[in-house]
Amino acid sequence: MALVQSPPPVASPRIAGSLRLAARQFPRHRAAMVGLICLALICLAAALAPWIAPYDPIQIKLSAKLKPPSFEHWLGTDHFGRDVFSRLLYGGRTSLSVGLLVVGFAFVLGVPLGLASGYFGKRIDNLLMRLVDAFLTFPPLLLAVALVGLLGPEIQNVMLALGLVQAPVLARMVRGSTLAVREDVYVTAARALGAGPARIVLSHLLRNVMSPIVVQLTIVFAAAVVAEASLSFLGFGAQPPQPSWGRDMSEARRFLGDAPWMFLAPTVAIMLCVLSINFMGDGLRDALDPRAWRTRRTVTQAER
Amino acid sequence: MPLLSVRNLKTRFATDRGIVRAVNGVSFDLEEGEILGLVGESGSGKSVTALSIMRLVPEPPGKVTADAMTLDGTDLLGLSEAQAREVRGSSMAMIFQDPMRSLNPVLTIGRQITEVLHRHQKLAGAAARRRAVELLETVGIPMAEKRLGAYPHQFSGGMRQRVMIAIALSCNPRLLIADEATTALDVTIQAQIIDLVKRLTRERGTSVIWISHDLGVVAGLCDRVNVMYAGTVVESGPIRELFRRPSHGYTLGLMGSTPRVDGSSARRLTPIEGMPPNLIDPIPLCPFLPRCRVSVAACQARPPEPRQFGAGHWASCLADLAP
Amino acid sequence: MSSLLEVEDLDVHYGRPGAAGTVKAVDGVSFSVGRGRTLGLVGESGCGKSTTGYAILQLVRPSAGRVLFDGTDLCGLDTRSLRRMRRKLQIIFQDSHASLNPRMPIGDLVGEALDIHGLFPGSARAGRIRELLDMVGLAGHLIERYPHELSGGQAQRVAICRALAVEPELIVCDEPVSALDVSIQAQIVNLLQDLQERLGLAYIFISHDLSVVRHVSDDIAVMYLGKIVELAGKEEIYAAPAHPYTKSLMSAVPVPDPDIEAQRQRIILKGDLPNPADPPSGCRFRTRCPVAIPECAVVDPMQYPLAPGHWAKCIRLAAKN
Repeated sequence: MALVQSPPPVASPRIAGSLRLAARQFPRHRAAMVGLICLALICLAAALAPWIAPYDPIQIKLSAKLKPPSFEHWLGTDHFGRDVFSRLLYGGRTSLSVGLLVVGFAFVLGVPLGLASGYFGKRIDNLLMRLVDAFLTFPPLLLAVALVGLLGPEIQNVMLALGLVQAPVLARMVRGSTLAVREDVYVTAARALGAGPARIVLSHLLRNVMSPIVVQLTIVFAAAVVAEASLSFLGFGAQPPQPSWGRDMSEARRFLGDAPWMFLAPTVAIMLCVLSINFMGDGLRDALDPRAWRTRRTVTQAER
Repeated sequence: MPLLSVRNLKTRFATDRGIVRAVNGVSFDLEEGEILGLVGESGSGKSVTALSIMRLVPEPPGKVTADAMTLDGTDLLGLSEAQAREVRGSSMAMIFQDPMRSLNPVLTIGRQITEVLHRHQKLAGAAARRRAVELLETVGIPMAEKRLGAYPHQFSGGMRQRVMIAIALSCNPRLLIADEATTALDVTIQAQIIDLVKRLTRERGTSVIWISHDLGVVAGLCDRVNVMYAGTVVESGPIRELFRRPSHGYTLGLMGSTPRVDGSSARRLTPIEGMPPNLIDPIPLCPFLPRCRVSVAACQARPPEPRQFGAGHWASCLADLAP
Repeated sequence: MSSLLEVEDLDVHYGRPGAAGTVKAVDGVSFSVGRGRTLGLVGESGCGKSTTGYAILQLVRPSAGRVLFDGTDLCGLDTRSLRRMRRKLQIIFQDSHASLNPRMPIGDLVGEALDIHGLFPGSARAGRIRELLDMVGLAGHLIERYPHELSGGQAQRVAICRALAVEPELIVCDEPVSALDVSIQAQIVNLLQDLQERLGLAYIFISHDLSVVRHVSDDIAVMYLGKIVELAGKEEIYAAPAHPYTKSLMSAVPVPDPDIEAQRQRIILKGDLPNPADPPSGCRFRTRCPVAIPECAVVDPMQYPLAPGHWAKCIRLAAKN
């Protein structure tokens, strides 16, 4: 029960689109901002790897092997004498690009599926969801492994497999949100105006299920990064001597006692990545709620 | 001595847009056995006034102050939270607009009534059940014994509201506050409930504050009316007096915009243009001035003071609206 | 005056036909609305008035019956033809905020109505949006606001604006003012009446509030449990209601006049609304009717004419004649 109802504030004329309003909301969430900055730095570092990496990541120099962190090698060296820091930066490129592409793929595949299922219902819904169920019965990692085994261990196939595995989850979620939003009055109002299915789905439904989708996508991103690491760990994905966080973690296991920095570096990197993305997701969820889109704080006399 | 005495009640809420003065200096008395109507629209402060009296305003973000607020001699403001809980339900009770929200959906009706009886009258077991059945019969619920085991969703809206009334009156409170209690009900059910409230409160001598935006309901039920706008009482008077001689611009406006089933249907409604003021900015002059059709030159110069218009009838209006 | 809309024996039944527990939300409803006229559809909760409104617009598919708009039966139309017809019949809803997409600014919401039917494309669009907003009394700078920044009254004006954008001939108003304060109600009611005069619109005004309906309607139909029990011109129905339910309804409506209220004899109906899935046999109102006789359980009353344009479904009335 609203204890107090005061009339809404009058906003200044220069009002932005919904995205800009959401963007204004975002900074209020401190954890999300920290996450965003952290992730941005990681991405930037990875993108600029060729210019900022002090050493060639695949250059073997056995004379310098397993050296602890020092001024010359900030994070030490691995068992082949390669600079861990440089490998971290280049490895990030692999992992992060996998994350992004998987997100894109899951989005393109999963969202239309979910929307169609939720909007049209009945037979289409049944058909699509049975398909989705079929995929969901497989443990995701095993499915990815099977697909990669089928297609070959190249990194592109890893991305395809991971995307294929994430899409059904997204589809199911989108379907649920669509079912809920479909019954809202403004959808009926749009139908009454004569809007066809395309306009209803794109203008009304999609806009209002975007919020949970975006949040889910951040989770997909994090899951993809971790999954890529797992797959590399198992021997799929990035092949040696390509740097990859997962692969490096795998190789570092043997040297855990002698050179813990080898293991810690990629592990911490993955952790930071996932945490940042999760915090961002929280902030995004709040920012995308239109009720939070308050315009300027000035409160002037009510208008007619 | 009046049963309830309120002097200069002010309730404010801290929001990130500023301090909202939901109730801004409300004073009135309520006699024993009197039914007082509190009329106003959204933002008038009528609900918050009731919640303040019931000590149901969360503090923070709210803050309730008054020069005096006494019920039967007890200073309501001075009560601790525990003491307030004692008073609530036993000396004063409140019923709300949506009975579905005030009743716990997972507890049976019987359990919810006996809970109150147990808390305030220390009744338990068979004695409590008997009293609960009595109460349900009093409010006109057929097959009361059987209905004790029913859940709220199994009742219709009117029935649920009767249960609410039963719970509210179970401990014979001196004061009953009804906040838009019939607004959500069909008109035929509303008539039944109003009848019921009138009968029961007259029988027991309970004083009632009946909050409503519906002038018709108020006209049929109340002895006196306080008209509220922007957190203050702008007019107050005995029911017939007030309707015959509305003496505040807002009261007049409200009556002009209220549709009626009788009289001429050709009459166009006279709306009150504009919207109520936000309750954050200070209001130096009459709060209704921007929307008032009958303002005079003096209204622009100074804030209105309460003026007497008849026995027990006053209004804070500088214009003379007498027909 | 030719009828713009003719509704004949409209049914909206939920559940399998003939099966137990079928809810006849709308049952055998018939009425007509003339050009530029307003029909008030009143009744309490569960009477089927809103469902009737939705069914006329084909937002809910009728189970049987005909809805003749300007001679065309809307019930049999294919999707494309129906979409074209949608320009002519519009609807505004009770919850003004819920009927507006919370993530679309007002300008887009109004513009959408134009875009769907290809009206005022290109450079004329912005001007037309402003014109429409002006028609409902909204200031131009609201174009960039979002629905949650508007008050209930303003949001309802936007909804009306959208309906007007497609240039309809009839608007179904489903409890358009019930959720608004009294002074705002009056504003919206006046707006609707002004628009009717200016544009020659016909309205079906659905409401449970008999006081409001009196001010806007030319004719009034009273519904109970899915059926129309009485239909009459507005003067007659308030002055001389014939059906026992209508009489009880009228007696229950409060009047803002303490002297009148003190004198009133209320006809209090006994009991509650029957279960719509299992309505009483014969006349559905008989279980609560103060003048029911044994025959009422057997006969489902037909329309008994009382005067030109006034009929009621009650066998007690036929007996008088």
